[in-house]
Amino acid sequence: MDLLRFTTAGSVDDGKSTLIGRLLYDAKSIFEDQLQAMERSTERRGGTGVDLSLLTDGLQAEREQGITIDVAYRYFATPKRKFIIADTPGHEQYTRNMVTGASTANLAIVLIDARKGVLTQSRRHAYIAHLLGIPHLIAAINKMDLVDYSEAVYQSIQTDFSAFCQQLGARDVRFIPISALHGDNVVEKSARMPWYTGDTLLDTLEGIHIQHDINLRDFRFPVQLVCSPQISGLPDFRGYMGRIESGCVRAGDDIVVLPSGHRSHIKDIVTYDGNLSVACAPQSVTLMLEDHIDISRGDMIVHPENPPRSAREFHAMLCWMSEQPLHPRGKYLIKHTTHTAKAVVQEIEHKVDINTLATGPASELKMNEIGRVLIKVQRPVVCDAYRDNRASGAFIVIDEHTNNTVAAGMIEGAD
Amino acid sequence: MPAPLSHLDVLESEAIHIMREVAAECKNPALLFSGGKDSIVMLRLAEKAFRPGRFPFPLMHVDTEHNFPEVIAFRDRRAAELGERLIVRSVQDSIDRGRIKIRHENESRNVMQTVTLLDAIQEFGFDACFGGARRDEEKARAKERIFSFRDEFGQWDPKNQRPELWDLYNTRVHPGEHMRVFPLSNWTEMDIWQYIAREKLEVPSIYYAHRRDVVWRGGWLPVSHLVQPKAGEEVKNIMVRFRTVGDMSCTCPVESDAATAEAIILETAGSRITERGATRMDDRTSEASMELRKREGYF
Repeated sequence: MDLLRFTTAGSVDDGKSTLIGRLLYDAKSIFEDQLQAMERSTERRGGTGVDLSLLTDGLQAEREQGITIDVAYRYFATPKRKFIIADTPGHEQYTRNMVTGASTANLAIVLIDARKGVLTQSRRHAYIAHLLGIPHLIAAINKMDLVDYSEAVYQSIQTDFSAFCQQLGARDVRFIPISALHGDNVVEKSARMPWYTGDTLLDTLEGIHIQHDINLRDFRFPVQLVCSPQISGLPDFRGYMGRIESGCVRAGDDIVVLPSGHRSHIKDIVTYDGNLSVACAPQSVTLMLEDHIDISRGDMIVHPENPPRSAREFHAMLCWMSEQPLHPRGKYLIKHTTHTAKAVVQEIEHKVDINTLATGPASELKMNEIGRVLIKVQRPVVCDAYRDNRASGAFIVIDEHTNNTVAAGMIEGAD
Repeated sequence: MPAPLSHLDVLESEAIHIMREVAAECKNPALLFSGGKDSIVMLRLAEKAFRPGRFPFPLMHVDTEHNFPEVIAFRDRRAAELGERLIVRSVQDSIDRGRIKIRHENESRNVMQTVTLLDAIQEFGFDACFGGARRDEEKARAKERIFSFRDEFGQWDPKNQRPELWDLYNTRVHPGEHMRVFPLSNWTEMDIWQYIAREKLEVPSIYYAHRRDVVWRGGWLPVSHLVQPKAGEEVKNIMVRFRTVGDMSCTCPVESDAATAEAIILETAGSRITERGATRMDDRTSEASMELRKREGYF
């Protein structure tokens, strides 16, 4: 059984919580005690029956205010697949949550209210999903019950949203007309929309091919730890521990260590369960090399044929997440793979209006704003462009004084 | 090309990666080990992450002294087998020293563990503690980060959590602050049992079906020196197993005849009640009880 991580984005009234509740309920992943707790809460608020949206309210403040504050993770499994949902609130001020949820997802569900059509926020969700490199997008046209299950309404929204996604360059976009409230096309096929011949939402989630989402072409192994236990019986054991972030490696392969450029061969691929002849992303392994060379945390072991870039200066998209805005010349730490370095933002090249996708000049980036910057680092980062390789193209920005994570970064390229 | 990884392989690799990040970036970590099934899985993951070397951290148990004797025996034996250091800090000590006030001897000590835990973190100067909590357990946990920041008072501020992006974990803390790190965040109860079966991990015998004297108090409670039948209560001897192992005064077993990990997997697949809902009386007191405890510094 494999694992699909997806994110849901939608605004307060789009019925996102109801959709997740419905998915879990119909997939039989809501338990009786949770159901009873929801019934009690619904009654306390003067309702009757079960309000499925209550399932996703985690924190006291959320229940009090009836809003979602933070990313919540939910789990369910069907006989075909295990799912992790990053459930993110949709309000404008929570762009940072949407980016957080999107960063680990293979798929995004963008909820569109059938009565309202494609709104600014639908475009914003699609833009963020695309910016974060999510390979699959599902536009769930919700509340079809409130537009009499009209095919014409569905088609007009599909036309609008397809045009926008094409402008973004999103490749895999699917449309499903649903009613989360009544369950149409969520898990069960709707009898009220015979004109829709496609899969239900759950069938789509179960069937989508995700094997090719991970880059199995370019071997990237950031060293996390050097293991030389110096215990009796293993006096010479020296292994490089880490997770293969992309690509595959075989015993005997030629490798190069970056940024030093030292060359060697893979002697053994060691795991607790025995040595492997080949290992692929995202396996965690310990590599042993033929030659004793100086390697430490933050270095990257790769194949010499298609190495990443080593750059001291690079262009990147930043999503700013701190109350304190970013100013040009600001000094920060960046953490990229297993490498943390001092960095300075040389220049804010432009800011993106995420509602219109228009770009314009900016003197700062405020919380929830997205812009393109030029960053200079004290030690070179060994990187790929984010669009080619999410693992070696992503970084976070840390404020050295508060220790807070203040931005998500995606490398666009080096000059 | 090797076969695609299963969901357990992916979860395992993620947990190993998290543990190695802590080992590399934190100065003085510890692994909270209770002898329960989740922390047993964590020990296997630590073996996978660090062998042939030793664990770069000690194990620590906050002992309520309301634990099931089978679990404590297992805890000591497992630590000895691994050859790793086990620190035990006791809630009873905290009570004896006046750090915790109790109303009566037999009340649940779940909440009290927080005081002993935070004292121990301060005593040893730990800057990161691995915990076995999972997000599927409880709705406040569903919103918690894998690397969860605690301020100098050990408190969790759910509304002010650091964004956690990709798997680039920000481990930085100032002196006196610390991180709670949850490598099993993305695991479910089902994943845990599937992993126990796959890895053939030994767990304390009380996880498997056995006969036990119980009394009904809105759930079956095991009869012990802490839970004595009251007048009018009927003691029943039934086949049960524990889905969680905690304070004996408030941890309920479920009726079951599942005697192996495989049988438990089948039972879990058909279960209609959550793990905590079925077994923890203290979680039923209010919708927010876990959140409130967590804010105070609980596991």
